[in-house]
Amino acid sequence: MATEPINMELAGKCVNEFGGAIGMPQLCGEWFGNQIFWLVVALVAIYFILSRVALPRIGSVLAERQGTITNDIAAAEDLKVKATQAEAAYDKALIDARAEAQRIVAVAKADIQADLDKAIAKADAEIAAKTSESEKAIAEIRAGALKNVEEVAKDTALAIVEAMGSSADAKTVAAAVDAQMKG
Amino acid sequence: MEGDIVQMGAYIGAGLACMGMGGAAVGVGNVAGNYLAGALRNPSAAAGQTATLFIGIAFAEALGIFSFLVALLLMFAV
Amino acid sequence: MAGEAHSEEAGLVFHPMDQFIVKPFFGDGGVSWYTITNSTVWMALAVLAVFALLVLGTSKRSVIPTRMQSVAELAYGFIYKMVEDICGKDGVKYFPYIMTLFMFIVFANFLGLLPMAYTPTSQIAVTALMAFAVFFGVTILGFVKNGASFLGLFWVSSAPLALRPILALIEVISYFVRPVSHSIRLAGNMMAGHAVIKVFAGFAAIAAIAPFSILAITAMYGLEILVSFIQAYVFTILTCVYLKDALHPHH
Repeated sequence: MATEPINMELAGKCVNEFGGAIGMPQLCGEWFGNQIFWLVVALVAIYFILSRVALPRIGSVLAERQGTITNDIAAAEDLKVKATQAEAAYDKALIDARAEAQRIVAVAKADIQADLDKAIAKADAEIAAKTSESEKAIAEIRAGALKNVEEVAKDTALAIVEAMGSSADAKTVAAAVDAQMKG
Repeated sequence: MEGDIVQMGAYIGAGLACMGMGGAAVGVGNVAGNYLAGALRNPSAAAGQTATLFIGIAFAEALGIFSFLVALLLMFAV
Repeated sequence: MAGEAHSEEAGLVFHPMDQFIVKPFFGDGGVSWYTITNSTVWMALAVLAVFALLVLGTSKRSVIPTRMQSVAELAYGFIYKMVEDICGKDGVKYFPYIMTLFMFIVFANFLGLLPMAYTPTSQIAVTALMAFAVFFGVTILGFVKNGASFLGLFWVSSAPLALRPILALIEVISYFVRPVSHSIRLAGNMMAGHAVIKVFAGFAAIAAIAPFSILAITAMYGLEILVSFIQAYVFTILTCVYLKDALHPHH
């Protein structure tokens, strides 16, 4: 707000002597021409900025983004289908592998069973042979041992009888020992 | 002295003209309130009517602005 | 009666209309049609802001947008959708004109809210030029596109026959009032908000009510931000509605 008088010749009819507004400045016809001229300039400038540069550019960016999104969605759907296929293949391979493994296990089991049976039979035969051999040896040992026991008993009995002061016939003692041992 | 009476009349007129703004307030409130009532009954249709809401508010409000303009004209331009 | 507020006797030291004075930006002197005035400067700033947002902001053309680019795309999509929704597919070729109006008004309004700024859209000359450009453009377009059947706009065929002449008269009057209300709505809103802020700012000089005054200025400023956008939106949407009437005149 001007505080001192201004040059009225230059300022025109729309302001008072202090530079303040007379009435509504919007209705001062003296200023219309200037505003209309510069408004037309401004609008034409914006129109050319928009129609030549800005709008085609933004439109193309939006279209490009739309295209990219569409392409990406299509690619994603392709990949999804592929992933489903791969999963199916994987499942199939897994089932095959499982069946194969079961087959191999069964074969191996059968082989092992056969080997085992053979080995058991062989072992049984060996064990039987060893047993009979051992029984024979035990019988011999027992016979030997009995004989030894008899002799020792006869000698001991004789020695005891002699030690007790009576003389005894060896044959009588032997007969008595035999009788005792059989008893 | 004559100028003073004119000025008094202008100021009284400006005050009376401001009463028009109350009408605009009622109108805008009516538009917005009815829109809200309708939108709460049928929320799915509300989004499509936002433009109509703003046009309605603009028409109602314009009349209040006109009364304000009349007041300003009486104050400063008569 | 004007000018009393400035005289020494008057108590008030402000004049709410002073902010709308057009004056030369460089030096003193008269205002001829080519003078660069404060109005011119703020119009030019609006043009620069449009350029910065829509051209510099999108200069990278990135598919994943930066912040500026998303705002530009948002503005584009907002107006494009409005034109398409209201005018239909054949209205899309007028989209650049409507976008021009919207971008200019919205930036002039917002830049005008800066302190010490000047608001070109508060001038009736500016808004009237835009409104009459829309009015004449749409009327001529309507006659070029539809010929004489454009007059069917005023003949409400769904009304009873006896009422039609009266309705036609009302329609014609309301059609010719369109540019007036269209321009005064924008200029009036802008002027009203700025004048009210100025009045409250004048009251801030009185110490007793200064806090209330400053609070009121803050509240009005918030409201003005809303109004700046809504009035630009309303101006644009009404332009679209008038354009739709020209393209499809039959009710």
